[in-house]
Amino acid sequence: MLSTQSLIFAYDQENTFSFPDISLEDGEDLLILGPSGIGKTTLLHLLAGLLLPDTGQVELMGTVLHKLPTRQLDKFRGAHIGLVFQRPHFIRSLSLQENLALVQYLAGKKQDRNRGREILRSLDIEDKRHKRPHSLSQGEQQRATIAMAVLNNPQLILADEPTASLDDENCKNVVTLLKDQAKATGAQLVIITHDKRLKAHFKNCITL
Amino acid sequence: MIDRPLSTLLSLLLMTLGVGIISLLLQINHHIEQQMENNIRGIDMVVGAKGSPLQLILSSVYHIDAPTGNILLSEAEQLRKNPLVDYGIPLSFGDSYRGYRIVGTNDSYANLYNASLAEGKLWSATLEVTVGASAAQNLGLKIGDTFTGAHGLAEGGETHEDHIYKVVGIFNPANSVIDQLILTATESVWSVHDHEEEHSTPEDHEHGDEPKHEHDHEDEHHSDHDEPSEENKDRQITTMLVKFKSPMGMVRLPRMVNENTNMQAAVPVYEIQRLFNLLGVGVNAMQAIAIAIMIVSGLSVFLSLYRALRDRQYEMALMRTYGATRWKLAWLIVQEGLLLTSFGFIFGMVLSRIGIFVLSMITEANYHYTFSGWTWLTQEWWLLATALVVGLLASLIPAIRVFHINISQKLAHA
Repeated sequence: MLSTQSLIFAYDQENTFSFPDISLEDGEDLLILGPSGIGKTTLLHLLAGLLLPDTGQVELMGTVLHKLPTRQLDKFRGAHIGLVFQRPHFIRSLSLQENLALVQYLAGKKQDRNRGREILRSLDIEDKRHKRPHSLSQGEQQRATIAMAVLNNPQLILADEPTASLDDENCKNVVTLLKDQAKATGAQLVIITHDKRLKAHFKNCITL
Repeated sequence: MIDRPLSTLLSLLLMTLGVGIISLLLQINHHIEQQMENNIRGIDMVVGAKGSPLQLILSSVYHIDAPTGNILLSEAEQLRKNPLVDYGIPLSFGDSYRGYRIVGTNDSYANLYNASLAEGKLWSATLEVTVGASAAQNLGLKIGDTFTGAHGLAEGGETHEDHIYKVVGIFNPANSVIDQLILTATESVWSVHDHEEEHSTPEDHEHGDEPKHEHDHEDEHHSDHDEPSEENKDRQITTMLVKFKSPMGMVRLPRMVNENTNMQAAVPVYEIQRLFNLLGVGVNAMQAIAIAIMIVSGLSVFLSLYRALRDRQYEMALMRTYGATRWKLAWLIVQEGLLLTSFGFIFGMVLSRIGIFVLSMITEANYHYTFSGWTWLTQEWWLLATALVVGLLASLIPAIRVFHINISQKLAHA
């Protein structure tokens, strides 16, 4: 269960963002639509606890994020939130499989190689697991990021513009993948994007 | 680290050099001190011809310098009978076989160094020799072998063809100067040179431009010529190694010898102290250089970690989003620094051991001295600790910076 109340975040006086309240029940997905520069990424970082709000609060599974000390917040995020970034991010010097193992290690979970392979298989990139992520094609990188996000069975998957650079066909594929993975791990999916094509795929939609 | 081979390599190289040089210095110091002390044991005073006391010690205790000249056996014997003297061991040398010194003495010299026989026996008759372990090995001498001694201490001197030495025994390694020597009876040396005077003194004069020890040697012959009739009474030896009965001897005898006789007394402990003090300046300078190298290496490790962190801030931020705590990331960086310096330390150690090996070969060839053993010195544990502290300090600032990474910003702008 995810809910936010009267979130306000200010980078400085000119760049102050306030966001509508969000309330999401278990099993519900959400699409947050808005044009560039309106603070979409800021909102996503607030939801993930990467930024702390100036006022208001984010509550996930009964835990108020900004009340946790930094150390616990890091751990909480690792255990319960999966992030899919606009552009794929990896540790350059590690192979895809090692990246996955690292994600498990950092979240304090057991390094279960089978779990990693299972996810890569479901995303159809199992055979790329020994490659460096940066040598993969863009579509494969996108899928690899999704694998990293869902690996630890998070309760919340946050995706930032996952389809921005994709054509219609691939756009549809990625959304389907994200939804399938979210369903498979029992997670709530929140996508933040300016891509209006996604509107058709979601019941819940907030426009900033 | 592997993604930035050049700066990593530089840090590693500097660390290796710093550690290597310091360790090498420590090892050399240790070996020299050990050798010096090993050889000095049981010798309180050395009596020889007038000249440089340090030269006297170096030539007659360590056998690395030319002797200062000869002294009269009678005078030395008189000193030996002094009630303050425990024992005195006469040494006569000046000849060599392929660079290894032939030393005329009695069996108390072998006892002084606790040299035991590997095979054969001690010399008993004139021209019989017992060979030190290293000398025997390097010269390939076996029992029953014969050879002729060469005039002077360097290789290639004129040989005493008429006098053939015969090997009757070989010593076990005693880890002291005796390993490098060929021991014989004092009478052997006398007989070789008595003979030589009769036949080849004129030739000696042709060697006027030869190294110093040749001159010393010639002096000996000149003096022999001056008193041919007293030859038997006034036998000569090169030096006598003296052990006192009580500390009183240390106070009185050296002064007595220096003031009242034609001989010179030198106390090995003092002279070696003096030598170390002289060498100490060089050693200190080297040490300062090595420490400077280590500091620079620490700086280089620091810079390379710092730059690496700047390049990887977003990776750090990324790891935070996957649940890594800041402490975990800081530890990661510290580990990297420690790993780098540890490898530097290991390579440095390898370097210093190779250095010692090479040095040992050089000294073996030039002075017949070897650096034996691969001992691990306590100071080297300190060196390890220092290296790790350098690594720790160098990675501290980058590690602290991890705490202040703005994750959101790094991810948004990556």
